[in-house]
Amino acid sequence: MIEGTGPALAFWGLSALTLVSAGGVIVSRNLFHAVLFLVLAFIGIAGFFLLLSAEFLAMAQIVIYVGAIAVLMLYAIVLTPRAGRDNRETWMAVPALFVAVGLAAVLLFAIHDTDWAKSARAYVLSAGELGRELLGTWVLPFQLASVLLTAALVGAVMLVRSPEEERKEEEE
Amino acid sequence: MSVTLEHFLTVSALLFTLGLFIALSKRNAVGVLMGVELMLNASNLALLAFARLTEGPAQIAGPVFVVFVITVAAAEVAVALALAVSVYRVRETIDVDRITLLRM
Amino acid sequence: MIWLPFLVSEHWWDLRDLGNLSREILELIERGLGSEVAYIVSPLIGFVASFLLFVLPTQLYLGVYGERRLIGRMQSRLGPNRVGKFGLLQPIADAIKLIQKEAITPRGADRWVMWTAPVVFVAPAVLVWAVIPFGPNMVIADLPTGLVYYLAVAALPVLAAFMAGWSSNNKYSLFGAMRVVAMAISYEVALVLALLGVVLFTQTLSLQEIILWQRDLDIWLVFLQPLAFIIYFISASAELNRTPTDIAEAESEIVAGYLTEYSGMKWGLFYGMDIGYAIAAAAFGSTVFLGGWSFFGLEEWVPPWLILIVKTQLFYFVFIWTRGTLPRLRIDQLMGLAWKYLLPLAAVNLLVVAAERLWWKEAELGDGIVYLFAAINIVLAVVLLVGWARALGYRPERVRTRPRLVKEPLGYVPADSSAGGGQ
Repeated sequence: MIEGTGPALAFWGLSALTLVSAGGVIVSRNLFHAVLFLVLAFIGIAGFFLLLSAEFLAMAQIVIYVGAIAVLMLYAIVLTPRAGRDNRETWMAVPALFVAVGLAAVLLFAIHDTDWAKSARAYVLSAGELGRELLGTWVLPFQLASVLLTAALVGAVMLVRSPEEERKEEEE
Repeated sequence: MSVTLEHFLTVSALLFTLGLFIALSKRNAVGVLMGVELMLNASNLALLAFARLTEGPAQIAGPVFVVFVITVAAAEVAVALALAVSVYRVRETIDVDRITLLRM
Repeated sequence: MIWLPFLVSEHWWDLRDLGNLSREILELIERGLGSEVAYIVSPLIGFVASFLLFVLPTQLYLGVYGERRLIGRMQSRLGPNRVGKFGLLQPIADAIKLIQKEAITPRGADRWVMWTAPVVFVAPAVLVWAVIPFGPNMVIADLPTGLVYYLAVAALPVLAAFMAGWSSNNKYSLFGAMRVVAMAISYEVALVLALLGVVLFTQTLSLQEIILWQRDLDIWLVFLQPLAFIIYFISASAELNRTPTDIAEAESEIVAGYLTEYSGMKWGLFYGMDIGYAIAAAAFGSTVFLGGWSFFGLEEWVPPWLILIVKTQLFYFVFIWTRGTLPRLRIDQLMGLAWKYLLPLAAVNLLVVAAERLWWKEAELGDGIVYLFAAINIVLAVVLLVGWARALGYRPERVRTRPRLVKEPLGYVPADSSAGGGQ
């Protein structure tokens, strides 16, 4: 457990921010506002990472999620002008609500009923240790992740080529 | 006042269910993607909370796994948005209720 | 015999190291009001000292004034010189004018997002100063991952620009915003790779440790990795939307890009933080590459914060210099520059630096080998920069600077007009 009033205040503030932003994604009537609320939720999660002493991951979260993924979503909204931007729900919203509430109940019961093996000492992550592990024990998943990213990059570029470009390429 | 493992896990569970509701119920494909990203973030939070606050043999595995989840999430968003844009080109919409048939 | 009063001491009245003063104030507060209050007050003291005393008056004020004056001189005109002696009160006059202007919100624009975008834009320019060390004991937050903090904070203005462009309900603002975002994410990749090469040598992400590394080895990283420095310079200038890469806010191209619908103090915030963020990038660059507050031993008796301020202003002067001199590039030229030119250079830089680092540590050579590495890297940087540009086909135009004069019955006339006369 993390002692002190500073971390406690930070935890309650961050959880309020994150949960309210996630609620804002659901409730807001404008798709663009929903993405901005999602960005706020990402920043709240980055704050949680900081609280858990994983500074490098907090910064990486902001650079990747806020700086790249959220921007990609905004680009997709801009590039689809005639799609519906009112952030409505489908007809499946009511069953989805039941599923979500049921899952929440199960998860919360499981969390509070289990006897977790809490550790006495605080484990603080350092970026150097993370790097050594990634290139040491976990080097194979690391290389596979890089192959995955290359495949995603090439695949995304190929997917958005318009048919005229493909025809021009074939003619060459 | 202290912050325990159950606090973090509760927030993670709530975020996960909120993300699940968004992913299941939004009409726009980008909205569904937002729900998926929220679910991935919630699981990252749970992973780091476990790594930091519990005892175990490989506590570095938590942050390492979070790195991989962030990487895969980035790749997935790129491909999903490319798919959405290219479906938009054909169907003029990315409403998941209307893209139900393989051939219009 | 060294005259001891010259060296920076531990007394609270020795203002050359403000860490002493803040430590005394915090101890006073702790004895009087308790450690909780001291815990809350300590970042406030750091913020007041660093931002309000150093950044705001010297760098922002001088930056705004100096930029307009210097750009004016470089464009063969006087800059502002009416308000106050030599125009020194110009920024204050600007601020007063902007505050009393009406901030128009166009109809159909998104009011909340339009109001929030300048706020998000201001945040990075202020937040960066939390990690920049002003002296050996003068950092607000010596984060172990200070470098990545700068990258995280540098990702926020991109979002703010997009918010500004979108919420204006204006096609051209959206174009400008999309261009800004596309450029920023392209140059961010080259920036991160260049900084990664730096981290390979210094083995740490904390900015204070990077400065101490440069001080202990008596060499600046700009000499040790000139290619990384040039990539950082170009990428930072592109992220800040400064000429020659300011396609997003070019006045002759797209009115004002994502800023078109902003007026009054909202625009003033964008403009001021354009310069504020440039100074923050200059401070970060001079910390990582130019040695920060250290100057080969001079920081023992000159205030280290003064050294940092001077270096930041010199770096910023080079930013202003390129802005005044170079013409603007097109968006496709800019994207080509980022992806085809800078990214392979940054990758090659990383490879070379990694090889050097491996050789250094495996063969257990001494610390004097850095001078050899610096020489190799400088030669390699020049060869790569010129050679890769030639390989890609970027060639300088051969333009005759002096017209050839031909003797005609009427006297000397330029060769070109005699050839084209009568058309």
